[in-house]
Amino acid sequence: MATLIGGLGTSHIPAIGGAIHKGIQQEPYWKPFFDGFAPIHDWLGEKKPDVVVMFYNDHGLNFFLDKMPTFAVGAAPEYHNADEGWGIPTLPPFKGELDLSWHLINTLVEKEFDIVTCQEMLVDHACTLPLKLFWPEGDCPVTVVPVCINTVQFPLPKPGRVYALGKAVGEAIASWDSSKTVAVIASGGLSHQLDGERAGFINKPFDLEFLASLESNPEWITRFSVHDLVEKTGTQGVELLMWVAMRGALAAAGGSKVKRVSGNYHIPISNTATAVLALETA
Amino acid sequence: MSSPLPKIFGTTPFDGEQARKGYALNKMCFSFNSAENRSAFKADEEAYMRQYGLNEQQAGAIRARNVLQLIDAGGNAYYLAKFAGIFGLDMQDIGAQQTGLTKDEFKARLVAAGQ
Repeated sequence: MATLIGGLGTSHIPAIGGAIHKGIQQEPYWKPFFDGFAPIHDWLGEKKPDVVVMFYNDHGLNFFLDKMPTFAVGAAPEYHNADEGWGIPTLPPFKGELDLSWHLINTLVEKEFDIVTCQEMLVDHACTLPLKLFWPEGDCPVTVVPVCINTVQFPLPKPGRVYALGKAVGEAIASWDSSKTVAVIASGGLSHQLDGERAGFINKPFDLEFLASLESNPEWITRFSVHDLVEKTGTQGVELLMWVAMRGALAAAGGSKVKRVSGNYHIPISNTATAVLALETA
Repeated sequence: MSSPLPKIFGTTPFDGEQARKGYALNKMCFSFNSAENRSAFKADEEAYMRQYGLNEQQAGAIRARNVLQLIDAGGNAYYLAKFAGIFGLDMQDIGAQQTGLTKDEFKARLVAAGQ
């Protein structure tokens, strides 16, 4: 059976793509963010996962309001990036992992997560930037199964539901008949708000409490409603749902305990409190 | 019907009500994923807005380049960002406009949140 080696998390601000493109990672503004990745690169170099399941949210590249799934699973042989309208560079396509995609789809529906399946799916910066951040050199060495969680149109799924989805994904990975190693990635957050008079809202104490909970008390977040999350993390801070799903997957694979490999928290990049994290299954 | 949730200052969750109100506006902004459409908008804004059926409130907010008015007209932050991208505005420009701060003041507020 496949092995889930651990979980990764990172923020995905579009401007990061511009910084990578310009090669300015070591400039003072960017260095505190990019420095968080070096120890994780070492760990990934040692663990060498073959496949990643990417929990991310689409920002209006693949999905519009005409059809807005709560949970969508990619089942494409490759995933193309495209123009998002902001002038960030378009990245080359990423390879899919069809066997795991369909095993995930079958397992999730069996477990009563009635997901949308996508045999064609454009992936935006939220899916592409984490791959570029965790594997900056050369071609991307991992194949990908994107799992998109709606953060565009309310009602959004509750943290408890997203945690359960993550657990079901973890169970699916553990029951995948393959010798491959898998990592789960959370792309998004942490606290930030782009819209309204409260634009610029950041909540460092809540972010730090959430990050700490991921190590030893992962169900802490499930006590909150989506409305609570908007209030405590901002309208786009709700992207922390991706981290909830990632941690749920680890809970399915290794019980409640995980080992923190490395992490970093920095304010601000653009309007966002950024976090980078690697957790290893016990 | 469930009772409305308590209002959060300066925050408009993009719910069903907003999604219904803002559909035409958001559909137009979604179209700005394409460079060709961005050019068409720039070439003739009024014709482009008519093509997408924007109402007068939405068209007025687009003409004014006013983000708070666009949100009030049903705009969603993710789609509106594509509209802002046409003018090369970044998130600190947009944040400054919505909060009534200068861009430097807005950036200083972000930095202060990390202290």
